[in-house]
Amino acid sequence: MFAMKHTLVALLRDQPGVLNRSVSLFRRRGFNIESLTVGHTETPGISRMTLVVDGDTTSVEQVIKQLYKLIDVLKVSDVSQDPNVTRDLLLVKVYAPPAKRSELMQLADIFGAKIVDVVPDAMMIELSGSPEQLDRFVDLIRPFGIRELVRTGCVAMTRGASTVSGPYQNQEFRAA
Amino acid sequence: MKTLTGAQMMCEALLAEGVDVMFGYPGGAIMPFYHALPEYPQLRHILVRHEQAAGHAAEGYARTSGKVGVCVATSGPGATNLVTAIADAMMDSVPIVAITGQVVTSLIGKDGFQETDVTGITQPITKHNYLVTDVRDLPRVFKEAFHIARTGRPGPVLIDVAKDVQNARGMFEYPESVDLPGYKPNYEGNRRQIKEAANLLNQAKKPLIMAGHGILLGHASVELREFAEKTGIPVITTLLGISCIPEDHPLSLGMPGMHGWVHVNRAIQECDVLFTIGARFDDRVTGKLDTFARNAKIIHVDIDPAEVGKNVITAVPIVGDAKRVLENLTEIVNANEHSEWLNHIREIQATRSKRQRDPESGMFTPHHVYAEFTQIMQGEFRVCTDVGQHQMWAAQLIEYMKPHTHITSGGLGTMGFALPAAMGVQVACPNEEVWAIAGDGGFQMNLQELATVVQESLPLKICIINNGYLGMVRQWQELFHERRYSATPMWSPDFIKLADAYGIPGLRVERPEDVAEAIHQARATNGPFLIEFVVEREVNVYPMVAPGASISDMFEDPNEVEIEDVVAVK
Repeated sequence: MFAMKHTLVALLRDQPGVLNRSVSLFRRRGFNIESLTVGHTETPGISRMTLVVDGDTTSVEQVIKQLYKLIDVLKVSDVSQDPNVTRDLLLVKVYAPPAKRSELMQLADIFGAKIVDVVPDAMMIELSGSPEQLDRFVDLIRPFGIRELVRTGCVAMTRGASTVSGPYQNQEFRAA
Repeated sequence: MKTLTGAQMMCEALLAEGVDVMFGYPGGAIMPFYHALPEYPQLRHILVRHEQAAGHAAEGYARTSGKVGVCVATSGPGATNLVTAIADAMMDSVPIVAITGQVVTSLIGKDGFQETDVTGITQPITKHNYLVTDVRDLPRVFKEAFHIARTGRPGPVLIDVAKDVQNARGMFEYPESVDLPGYKPNYEGNRRQIKEAANLLNQAKKPLIMAGHGILLGHASVELREFAEKTGIPVITTLLGISCIPEDHPLSLGMPGMHGWVHVNRAIQECDVLFTIGARFDDRVTGKLDTFARNAKIIHVDIDPAEVGKNVITAVPIVGDAKRVLENLTEIVNANEHSEWLNHIREIQATRSKRQRDPESGMFTPHHVYAEFTQIMQGEFRVCTDVGQHQMWAAQLIEYMKPHTHITSGGLGTMGFALPAAMGVQVACPNEEVWAIAGDGGFQMNLQELATVVQESLPLKICIINNGYLGMVRQWQELFHERRYSATPMWSPDFIKLADAYGIPGLRVERPEDVAEAIHQARATNGPFLIEFVVEREVNVYPMVAPGASISDMFEDPNEVEIEDVVAVK
């Protein structure tokens, strides 16, 4: 069985320690996480976690089953096989003396990135897109000299009208 | 609705959950709870001498009674002393609720006196845990905790209650149901998969049932027997599955694995369908995984979906309750006999009888003790064992006839388990004969509980198999570490004088011919009794599979196999 990247979406009850529980589960079971993001959803009391894990099908199945064992985990879906939109957000501070500035701005323009800060010899650029897009952009600007870089990790949503959160959308969830 | 203090709520909740006994040790952060306790005489509290023992006693109680065991400790060191027992309960899926006191809310996170983050510490070793910082949460948390502990795959749940919450007042209304949308254990096995399993079993020529702790936890012993009898399929029982089928049953074969019987491991390697129910393919059972049951299609029934496919590839996975799945299967499976297959296994067994190492040479081996024990007791006992050589011998050599009569620490392998767990067993079964069997090493890990045994007038019988070594470690040193007996020879106090100091009568036995008399005397004594069997020092547990080796490669005596060969397969 070959290893590939899997994007998992998990719905969690907003209880204290739920993120810690999930993360420590990966550590304890020896699963490798590539990225993990958590945030609010449309339903108060429910958080959504997007995980990118590297592994063969069997070990990803184990990740899902182990996650389900956590009492506060409501649902876990592997959306890798479904058409989906995956986005990662990047902020990068590049060395940009006046002579290089226009070239950088051109590159940013092609990728649909935004210049969010400019000082005499540096520039901060913001870009959101698929992780591959971001990788390509980073490769292109690397020769200019990257001073600092940060990425959020992926969030994902399947295309079409159906939702991952479907059955939990209209329920009320007790606040912690 | 009444207004109560948090501490009173805790007591009311325990009553509502049907708790009548708990094992604990008071301290600063749990004092309000202990202050309330005398108002609830229905709640019997047993004062242990170390919190670890409270946890194991709760386990012993739960493992025998099928109810949830409860232990109580204070914050900090009290709570951390519970950790081993909680981990033990987690590994063996034992339903316990551990209640700990926590420093006042305003001190949490400030390194207050006797503060530890016990919910953080126990996160990986509990099924779920709670820190209660608001008195209004108490009834709900208790309701959920007991529900989670006893349903699905049972396990330990910890409730950490801040001291000011125990003192705070609030309206008490105990919830009738729980609202846990993320927790819905599946009891009914999938119909299609059950049918598929039945088909596979109908066609099998050499089928084998591997029964684990899940049979006992799911109270499915009767259903297991009915299923085995209808299909004629022989049954092997894992260490924790022991006693789920009477060991004199014609279909009962015994234990597989590292110290399992040769014929049992051979049966696993030869069978064409391995029907595993309530067992999790522990490495002590499977040995080298890629050679395990290599001719078999595996059917795996487990209530925990995460167990299915965790260690072995299964042909038919069934997620469900052992009892219900067995009932459903028995209904649809063909009645059958497998006499040829069974005879084949019995033939292997006959050539390798339960080995008694050189009994004529005058050696006093533990085998003598277990043989007499089985002979005298006639199945009327409950045995709690510790961990090590004596544990494996007790599993191999004693015959267990009724469910829940063999209680041991299987997954975690906790030394010091036997005595405190036996206290819990004795509390659950006050009118039965309970034996704690320990080695000289394990007994000294929790011997302070002799005081609890006396204070609570528990009539349990204690048996120490004393070989002057940490026997199992010494065995491994002999076999795999060039006989370098590093830190395993062990001096012990005079156990009989020690028992005497606690007011417990005892006997030391040094010759095989005195074994029976000592056991008779222990049984005739009204109250606790301790026997120390001083046995041959360097006797090994055989048969054995070397750690990491295939269960096909068993050795029964070092004289039969060169040690170098054994080390080579590691």
